[in-house]
Amino acid sequence: MRRIVRGLALAVLLLLPAVARPGGAAETAQAIVLASTTSVQDSGLLKNLLPQFTAATGITVHVVAQGTGQALDTARRGDADLVLVHDPEAEAKFMAEGYGTSRRQIAWNDFIVVGPAADPAHVRGQHDAVAAFVAIAKAAAPFVSRGDRSGTNALELRLWKAAKITPPKVAGGWYRDIGGGMGAALNAAAAMDAYTLSDRGTWLSFGNKRDLVICVEGASELLNRYDVIELDPKRHPPDKFAAAKALADWFVSAKGQEAIGAYRLGGEQLFHPSAAAPK
Amino acid sequence: MSGEATWLEVVAGVEMWQIIALSLAVSLGATAFATVVGLPLGAALAMGRFRGRRLLILGANALLGLPPVVVGLALYLLLSRSGPLGAAGLLFTPTAMVLAQAVLALPIITALAHRAAAELWRAYGDALMDLGATRLRALPVVLAMGRAHMLTAVLAGFGRTISEVGAIIIVGGNIAGYTRTMTTAIALETSRGNLTLALGLGLVLIGISILVSSVAFALAGADEIGEGRWR
Repeated sequence: MRRIVRGLALAVLLLLPAVARPGGAAETAQAIVLASTTSVQDSGLLKNLLPQFTAATGITVHVVAQGTGQALDTARRGDADLVLVHDPEAEAKFMAEGYGTSRRQIAWNDFIVVGPAADPAHVRGQHDAVAAFVAIAKAAAPFVSRGDRSGTNALELRLWKAAKITPPKVAGGWYRDIGGGMGAALNAAAAMDAYTLSDRGTWLSFGNKRDLVICVEGASELLNRYDVIELDPKRHPPDKFAAAKALADWFVSAKGQEAIGAYRLGGEQLFHPSAAAPK
Repeated sequence: MSGEATWLEVVAGVEMWQIIALSLAVSLGATAFATVVGLPLGAALAMGRFRGRRLLILGANALLGLPPVVVGLALYLLLSRSGPLGAAGLLFTPTAMVLAQAVLALPIITALAHRAAAELWRAYGDALMDLGATRLRALPVVLAMGRAHMLTAVLAGFGRTISEVGAIIIVGGNIAGYTRTMTTAIALETSRGNLTLALGLGLVLIGISILVSSVAFALAGADEIGEGRWR
């Protein structure tokens, strides 16, 4: 009995340094929480950028990757120090509510409609997302929706609205709301031979494409803008404000913009820096 | 973890060891906490005669199926900066993960300890009391006599924590290098479509779980337990 307790205590003591290290007292003042959309994490962008920022400033960044809607809610509750998201409408609302002090675009890329190579809705090669959505609905071809209030989900709903279609949410229907992240939606689409809307960054870094191919790209309505939002120090812990601002400033600085543009995956550029000339 | 690395490269990497160490630290920390509270509590529930005893026994057993995602959410709201415990700044830290998992492991360890202690107390309680022991003095004796079952209780608690993802992904945030554990890393790699890597991590996790149980058995004296000498 005593040995069980002693063994547990020993194990905890041995492992304590592993836990305590990153959160040590000296470091907490210099650690900020960045609530970001999943695409900038899953694509590997932040993993590439943040060490450069940390090396330059000594500030540790803890990334909590969520859908845009959830990330903004995290910030509303005061649990994030900075936000990096991609839903212009939700962001405008967030700013109007007074939670943010400054909103700056740091990069853009685009959304794409991916679907099975067999292409039952005959949308492959099109450059009109709304027309493609109409064709998918008409063919009643399986379509996977994120259904998670993410930036991608918000755009998808706007596209259905523009197409004047209310997707039928019935069991066994062609419209399948999975309530998950981009990766979960792509996994589901790959398994069900379904279409789905994806951001290009997540798509390029996604490892389980199976039969999925890009069907629609290059439409103006598929522009994907990433904004960094600084939070009101009156509503948030003011001690983190300076460090959070430093990161926001770094994203739009010449160094940060160059690093964003230089990030490649499989030889492809995933994000185009756009702080100087917002799209 | 880069999407292009093979899973063997990942498993051998520094980041991987950090993730393993954090997984063990969080799960063992939570198990230790739940053990220190749960074993004496379970035994006391078996031996004691106090008000609310039956309610606590019922509670411990009812909470065996406590949904991790609900525990995570409740703790999230408590620890959020806009919540009642927000000032502590614990959200998105390993400490919050330990708390969440301790809550999940406590009913398991308490209920199993109670079951074992109740049986022993029925058999030896009178004898112990005749020898002049108070209930308080008899408690550690009962725990020691039932150590084989107590070990099972602790390992069941550990099993709950090491395999858990729903609660810690909410209160920990799955932050790379800080609150990313084996289970949250598996969830992340699955969502990135790196299914082979995710499965590889899963096998490593199973291996770790087996290793910990083996070490626990060795520490507690495997032969005695194997033969169930306490009977």
